[in-house]
Amino acid sequence: MTLGRPHLRVDGVAKTSGAADYAADHVLEPTPYVAWIVEAPIGRGRVLDVDTAEAEGCEGVVRIFGPGDGERMRPWGTPDDADRFTMSHGLLRDDRVRWFGQPVALVVAHTLEQARDAAQRVRVVCHEERGRYTLGDDEEALEVPDELDGGLAPDVIHGDLTDALSRSAATIDATYTTAPIASAAMEPHATQATWDGETLELYVAIQVVDWAVEALHNTFGLDREQIRVRAPYVGGGFGSELGIHSDAVLASLATLELEHPVRLVQTRRNVFHNGPHRGESRQRVRLGATAEGRLLAVAHDAIMPMAKGYPFAEPCAATARAAYRTEALHTTHRVLPVDRAPIDSMRAPGEAIGTLALEGALDELAHELGLDPLELRLANLADREPSSGKPFAGYDLGRCLRVGADAFGWAKRPRPRQREGRQWIGWGLASCSRVNMLMESEARVRLEPGGRAVVELDMTDIGTGTYTLLTQIACEDLGLRPDQVTVRLADSELPTSCGSGGSFGAASAGGSVRKACATLRSQLVRFVLSHPDSPIRGHRAAEVEFAGGLLAVDGAEMTLAALVEMASDIDGDERPPGAPGPEDILSAEGSVAPGADYEDFGQYAWGAHFVELRVDDASGEVRLTRALGAFSFGQVLNPVTARSQLIGGMTFGIGGALTEVLHLDARNGAFTNRDFAGYHLAVNRDTPPLEVLMLGEPEERSGPLRSKGIGELGLCGIGGAIANAVFHATGVRVREFPITPDKVLAGGLGR
Amino acid sequence: MRPFTYERPGDSDEAASSLRPTGSFVAGGTNLVDLMKHGIETPNQLVDVSRLPLRRIEEHEGGLRIGAQVTNTALASHPRVREDYTVLSLALLSGATQQLRNKASTGGNFLQRTRCDYFYDTSRRCNKREPGAGCDALDGPHRNHAILGTSEHCIATHPSDMAVAMVALDATLRTVRADGSRRSLPARELHRLPGDSPHRETRLDPGELITHVDLPAPLGGRHIYRKARDRSSYAFALVSVAVVLDVDEAIDTARLALGGVAPKPWRCDAAEEVLVGRPATRETFIEAADAALADARGRGDNDFKITMARRMIVSALAEAADLDDGFVGSLP
Repeated sequence: MTLGRPHLRVDGVAKTSGAADYAADHVLEPTPYVAWIVEAPIGRGRVLDVDTAEAEGCEGVVRIFGPGDGERMRPWGTPDDADRFTMSHGLLRDDRVRWFGQPVALVVAHTLEQARDAAQRVRVVCHEERGRYTLGDDEEALEVPDELDGGLAPDVIHGDLTDALSRSAATIDATYTTAPIASAAMEPHATQATWDGETLELYVAIQVVDWAVEALHNTFGLDREQIRVRAPYVGGGFGSELGIHSDAVLASLATLELEHPVRLVQTRRNVFHNGPHRGESRQRVRLGATAEGRLLAVAHDAIMPMAKGYPFAEPCAATARAAYRTEALHTTHRVLPVDRAPIDSMRAPGEAIGTLALEGALDELAHELGLDPLELRLANLADREPSSGKPFAGYDLGRCLRVGADAFGWAKRPRPRQREGRQWIGWGLASCSRVNMLMESEARVRLEPGGRAVVELDMTDIGTGTYTLLTQIACEDLGLRPDQVTVRLADSELPTSCGSGGSFGAASAGGSVRKACATLRSQLVRFVLSHPDSPIRGHRAAEVEFAGGLLAVDGAEMTLAALVEMASDIDGDERPPGAPGPEDILSAEGSVAPGADYEDFGQYAWGAHFVELRVDDASGEVRLTRALGAFSFGQVLNPVTARSQLIGGMTFGIGGALTEVLHLDARNGAFTNRDFAGYHLAVNRDTPPLEVLMLGEPEERSGPLRSKGIGELGLCGIGGAIANAVFHATGVRVREFPITPDKVLAGGLGR
Repeated sequence: MRPFTYERPGDSDEAASSLRPTGSFVAGGTNLVDLMKHGIETPNQLVDVSRLPLRRIEEHEGGLRIGAQVTNTALASHPRVREDYTVLSLALLSGATQQLRNKASTGGNFLQRTRCDYFYDTSRRCNKREPGAGCDALDGPHRNHAILGTSEHCIATHPSDMAVAMVALDATLRTVRADGSRRSLPARELHRLPGDSPHRETRLDPGELITHVDLPAPLGGRHIYRKARDRSSYAFALVSVAVVLDVDEAIDTARLALGGVAPKPWRCDAAEEVLVGRPATRETFIEAADAALADARGRGDNDFKITMARRMIVSALAEAADLDDGFVGSLP
């Protein structure tokens, strides 16, 4: 079981058989109370009254918490130096309503049915204040965010845009919009909390365990040592579970008050208002190029909402800053503070929606110039990161475009506006990029009796394959079989990892395990080469190999099991001061940090998308028939899980391009379509067979595993390719995502 | 969800006579159980009719008699339905998911309630849930709402696909009432328009139970069910079109009904009058579409449904008449 080879998920059977222990599945004693959220029916204002008289009388009700009952919590957003993930998420502290659906009461009962029934009988009376819920046209109200997600600068401006545009043979000035959308992870936000008078313990759906601990610390004022968070299995996340939300906060409050375990699973309707969403965007892209298609000007100006009290700004222009060479680069980001539920980082913040605008505008430019959109992109490949002038740690956009085009048969692209019967047929392409990050991360690897290895860190597996990947690394580095390795994750008592998010998990957490394994090997080798009873005593350290559960050198060998026994025999009493004990030999820690390679190089993963689709002439419905993505992201760690990430991303992007939209009620910031019948995730029938090509080579400057993140890569750009294919099919340019049938009709389909 | 009693009567008469005014029949439960969980429907008595002996599809006067508890899956896959009432089979298969169709009943499908977001959100105003409360959909997002048959009190649509085909085929409901009397009711007369009482959705009496649905002798002709939606499966219709067209020299038989556009399955009598006896040409089909939509009014977000319905009607009729594969192109 080695890196780079296909391996099925080590937790696959547990997941498909129901044995995997998700947050709400864990069996607690005594049986937890069940809590149910009562949501605010207004977007901004004050709670005047929470009438619980009828609800209090319902069978099984233990306690109803209302405004003021959360006094033990610290104010939302404190302390000032905490970020949005780690700050206090105090709720029910007072009568303020800051977003539609914010919890204004919590019903705790013995069973779910009792809690729900009672909650539906709570009467909430509010005073509604005037709020701001939508982007609107008020330029004056826009603000410059302190920074963008990932610490990026709001504005990056090089060269003279006006001059570059005036020298261009062709220019494009187009405004694209994207809709508010939701992560809609399969597992809703869910928490089980217990308090034994000393320790607050949570089983919670969370991506980053350490941030949950810090947020609970800041919310409840407990010491970090009094808080334990576990999340052995997490059903998705896509950014919405980076930090804690109402379920974790209120379940903790209830268990602290009641001193009894409490379970709070957000309903699907809750999740849309009590988990974060991606804000809508308005993106203006201006491009200028020579007649041959050389870009002279790239301008990308984005406006998005920012939820008050929840500072997050999405870097829509990330790809404009990374992908193409240009003389003038002009990128700005502005935000409008709104009275809405948290707006946050959702899978590929920046590139996911930024590429929809940029790659669409490039298609418009190619059309204007009469160039093949493939040739236009190939004519503008960058040699340095356009925003910084730094060299790249791998720039493979050109290869992805060329190889992908060949595999897709791009040269045989039909002429525009072809149809078969009543179906218009279109092809489209788009480039794909996603910033590559490495985060600080720590891990421990230790050997147990029998020669088994245990890998320990608080990293999560949100469906990405962490258990499998870390097993692969330990197997390869220690010469073990998968059944000889146990990976323990997502427990705050374990070494602090990066957690899952931003596609940095595999490289960062995996890198730390690799380094821990290397340290462990040196400790083991040093020990056995010097131990008087060792069969390989006196050999050279560099020649010792770990394979098949053995340490072997020059014909001599010993099992890891024997080694563990030998090391465990060291008697503490007889050991000279400073000499290593069993734990110093059999346990090692490793850590990674971004370092100079992440300062000095532009770090990105790359790709290119090619799609074929059909547009129904009567209804305007768009259905994909083919999709191919060619990707380059350094070392492939496991082709099975990598492919899953990439096709999962592509599917995510198809939904974002064609079907997903939260319908926003402009009167109060409510989302009206709060279930999976009304919020349209792409389903199997929307998704054609997805072809994936993995093209890269190991990238030495990207970390110990020489790999780049791919959890988000697959979705970046595919929506642009789809929009471009719709134009190719019909001549209708839809600049407003998602491309629902009404918009294709409104664009003049058939005219 | 409110506490409720649960009963399982042995036959239809017992079921009809045992329902209290505050109770509800339950069959597949694919809609009612959700509504109960959300506190939208609050029956304190459930009379389970799903195991009544109403699961057969029988020959009846040249047509079919369908037991009200025949599942959507069984109905869609019945050989006679597929052969002679194709539009019904197609409509059923375009709705919901396989799992839901396995549970959902023929009678219950007629009686499913609107998917209006404001009907589902008990914190917002809805005249269906709470008569006289007002309607928050009128000035909220209402992209999925009706363009025909609405009132200033309600613009919600009826969500069924099956019922659209049933109405096109002139199906008749057979019912039993609490006093044991039986009657027939044309499917197209089952639903009321909202008017000033949108909470009153059907013409069934309290306690009246649908026992069978009768289909008349087959019409012949080409059957088409076209459904436009925001994703290709498991989505309610933006617009759906049921067409039965039999063309010889001219159009002999024409049936046209629409879904997703009105508070009830919408039969287009005026369009059928245009079609019958006329040549099967594009001009005729456009005239029929315009007749069908003469009274259509959007409120903004749902204006597109008028254009979409017009194109889909022309396209479905053209396809049924083997005209250009149903290609519409530019319409006048």
